Amino acid sequence: MKNEEIIHADEDGFFTIALNVNGELGHMIVSRNETLVEALRHYGWKGTKKGCDTGDCGSCTVLFNNKPVLGCMMPAVAAHGGNITTIEGLGTVRNPHPIQQAFVEAGAVQCGFCIPGMILSTKALLDKNPEPSEADIRKALDGNLCRCTGYVTQVQAVRIAAKKVKAMKKQQEKLAAKELAAEKRKAARKTAKKAAKKNK
Amino acid sequence: MEEQKLSFVGKSFERKDGLIKAEGRAMYAADREFARMLYAAAVRNPRPRIKILGISDEKAKKVPGYVTLVTYKDIKGQNAWPVLDLDYPFLPEKIARFAGETVALVVAETQRAAKKAASLVEIEYEELPNIQDPLEALKPDAPEIGGTTDMKNVYAHFTIQKGDVDKAFEEAAYKVEGTFKTNYQVHGYLETQGSIAIPETDGGMTIHSTTQCPYYVVDGVAAALGITYNKVKVIQTVTGGGFGGKEEVPALVAAHAAICAAKVGRPVKLIYSRKEDFQCMSKRHPGWAHIEYSADKEGHLTGCRVKYVLDAGAYSTITAIVLFRGTVHSTGPYKIPNIDVKTFGAATSKVPCGAFRGFGQPQINFAQESLIDELAAKIGMDPVEFRLKNLLNPGEMTATGQKLTSSCGLSELVEAVRKKSGWDKKVNLHEKKGHIAKGIGISTCYYGVGLGAKGRFLDRAGAMVNIYKDGSVGVSVGNAEMGQGALTVFAQIASETLNAPMELVKTEEVDSSKVPDSGPTVASRGTLMGGNAIIEAAKPLRERLFKVALDMLIDKGGTSGKMIAHDGVFEMDGITVSFTDVAKEGWNRRLKMCEEGWYVAPHVSFRLDNGQGDAYVVYSYSADIAEVSVDTQTGVTKVDKIWAAYDVGRIVNPMLATGQAQGGILQGMSWSLFENLQYKNGIMVNPNFTDYVCATTKDKPEYDITFIEKLYDEGPYQAKGMGEVPLIGVAPAVANAIKNACGVRIDSVPLLPEKVWRAIKQKNAAKEAK
Repeated sequence: MKNEEIIHADEDGFFTIALNVNGELGHMIVSRNETLVEALRHYGWKGTKKGCDTGDCGSCTVLFNNKPVLGCMMPAVAAHGGNITTIEGLGTVRNPHPIQQAFVEAGAVQCGFCIPGMILSTKALLDKNPEPSEADIRKALDGNLCRCTGYVTQVQAVRIAAKKVKAMKKQQEKLAAKELAAEKRKAARKTAKKAAKKNK
Repeated sequence: MEEQKLSFVGKSFERKDGLIKAEGRAMYAADREFARMLYAAAVRNPRPRIKILGISDEKAKKVPGYVTLVTYKDIKGQNAWPVLDLDYPFLPEKIARFAGETVALVVAETQRAAKKAASLVEIEYEELPNIQDPLEALKPDAPEIGGTTDMKNVYAHFTIQKGDVDKAFEEAAYKVEGTFKTNYQVHGYLETQGSIAIPETDGGMTIHSTTQCPYYVVDGVAAALGITYNKVKVIQTVTGGGFGGKEEVPALVAAHAAICAAKVGRPVKLIYSRKEDFQCMSKRHPGWAHIEYSADKEGHLTGCRVKYVLDAGAYSTITAIVLFRGTVHSTGPYKIPNIDVKTFGAATSKVPCGAFRGFGQPQINFAQESLIDELAAKIGMDPVEFRLKNLLNPGEMTATGQKLTSSCGLSELVEAVRKKSGWDKKVNLHEKKGHIAKGIGISTCYYGVGLGAKGRFLDRAGAMVNIYKDGSVGVSVGNAEMGQGALTVFAQIASETLNAPMELVKTEEVDSSKVPDSGPTVASRGTLMGGNAIIEAAKPLRERLFKVALDMLIDKGGTSGKMIAHDGVFEMDGITVSFTDVAKEGWNRRLKMCEEGWYVAPHVSFRLDNGQGDAYVVYSYSADIAEVSVDTQTGVTKVDKIWAAYDVGRIVNPMLATGQAQGGILQGMSWSLFENLQYKNGIMVNPNFTDYVCATTKDKPEYDITFIEKLYDEGPYQAKGMGEVPLIGVAPAVANAIKNACGVRIDSVPLLPEKVWRAIKQKNAAKEAK
């Protein structure tokens, strides 16, 4: 989607914005001063948390066109035409995303309120930098306040997540390669058959 | 209980609620919706102390979606929040005592309409005299602004008298004294306060509340509505952090939502913004302390005088219990024969302070542990050696004359951190690279687990354990999960007692109608009290199931009669049956498969007149060594590493315990270096995370954590309490490390760069003058 189009408020002052949230294309009716986190929560994406209203705690972090943004700092109207990923967009209930698994494994989850934001910051980091150093991790998570942990488990979680994501990608590549090979074989068989027919 | 190898306790099980939270599916208070729900917003006192002349909603009424204004007139029960004293009205009638206090509420169709309308409600008022400084409040000529004791502006005062202090100081070879101050600390739980009140058809009220003390919420709501307890049901929502901040005040928030809901007859949701949360929810009390120590020429402590004042704010809430804990622990974990302690909780016209991890101890621990280092320096002793000479050991007497049991590993903790940190080499190193000076500092602390003598009437807990027909187990408790891992630890304790596999055990979040009043989940008492209650409930079930298992194994050909139960399996002569099969057979035999448990803490003997007797049932201990780098040009301190050792009895779940330790250390470090809440003319200046700075990932120190498990026989699988000790000793360890690094003593928390910089400048100027 492109967000170049100019949208106008209706007579009651509301805007109808089009956006893609977690792969679901749809519309939201939002007011002029509504923030993205308010709009998302209003439309049922409650995994995005509201912690401070001032852009300090990072609990409302979501991915906007694959980049982390603070939902409380971004007007909902500015999301028009964009792709949004919230915590609900990672993995499924039955098959959680490796980053989510990594956070649990590392003991990085306590009260859990900061975790959706942390995980999305991690996702953005690993998309860009699959093998981050400790300094990279600390920098990437610096905008996500946590009051329960000592942050060390989260740094560990990102490390574990990096490995898991890498393994997942490898697996996916393997699968893709396998499929490709299978297709190639199939095609080869077909051509061989055709050739055999021709020869007959 | 017979000797057995533990299968579940002592292992690092993953959190039961981990994945739900990581997937964003956990339902916190703000995430819950109900049909026909309305929203409330508070109208707040704009000035420090006012006489209310009138409240008008003329302008507010015009906001689309406006429903009604709620004032003290709408309270059908008593307009006094039952905490310890009754000085805090749910909604003030004549006088509001601090800026940010809820004066009225507005109910509207949407949250935004409620906030907008609340901002348009006009309060007509007259300003009244106010007091900002707790020491001013204690002066005879101060205006009377509060107080619940025979002393003006005082909510509580305690004393400890032991031996002959005057004589000890007369005969002392060494004496030191100092005045120390600590500032507020804001809990900063990431989830703000919030409640939803749902009116029931029988005139009752169901509350969904983010809280660590659901039964305090029952007290508050029943009082405000004037209804009986059996009509109030409190369901604890997933709670996004507590740290004490969700001890007493959620009752006030819930009562406000309930008063609104009772008036409009529809569910009402009240969720605080971060700013409101800062302005009117509880805080760590600012502390002021003057301390004197005396020692003989061999370096034995002989006497200690303490005057300790807490800035309690505009209402008493639970200041008395906070101050009690501070009082009992005020002289430090040392054997001192002569003691004179006087403590006061003073009223001021600011936000009422209450529970916060450490509960009156971090303030005084900072003061006395800083001064202990000064005394050691004066005597010319190493701070570790001095402590080892004076620390409390098993069998010795605390300040209140309590004889310590064998569950006391304090000296071992000090030896452990000394060795691990390389103290002996580092302490005299005074390494300096350019303008970065390195230093190392130590502190020790002891912490009375549970509510102790001042809260003894609340020190009981209940649990219900229910084994279902399919062999799954439900555990209901009265103690709350707030992030610390209670759901998991409780499941481990139930698993261990029943020999049930962990994956079959589910701990429920608290529902006040299921389990009797189990007191608050504070004072590091969750594991101890809730755990023991679960064991009480599970014991008869265990007996029944074990008998069934024995029968089943014999039926299957077992002959030796020697059954071993472990990891959810029962075994005899190589033949096994699973817990599930045993539970199913129990149901076939129509056995009672559900039991309740009730645990009451042992009696504590303590006399308030002289402060002597057993103050707490048992103590947890900590020793912290901090290594810091101080930039001598800017005064900026960086904590590089903390070595901490704890004796908290048996560790039920090492991963969760380590998480608690790291989190406590970071919160303590954040308070000691950064967090700085400011008031100007009675108004809070920085009620937000932009100007109130908490530690982030970038500030994280290295942690080295050691557990030395001195088992406590009364505890569940010999555990004590964990939650608070990690925070308490951090600030003095850091302050002592700064002194070691650059020779300056900073006597107030936070240890801000400007304080360090100024002290270094003064020291250098003094040196030059010589």
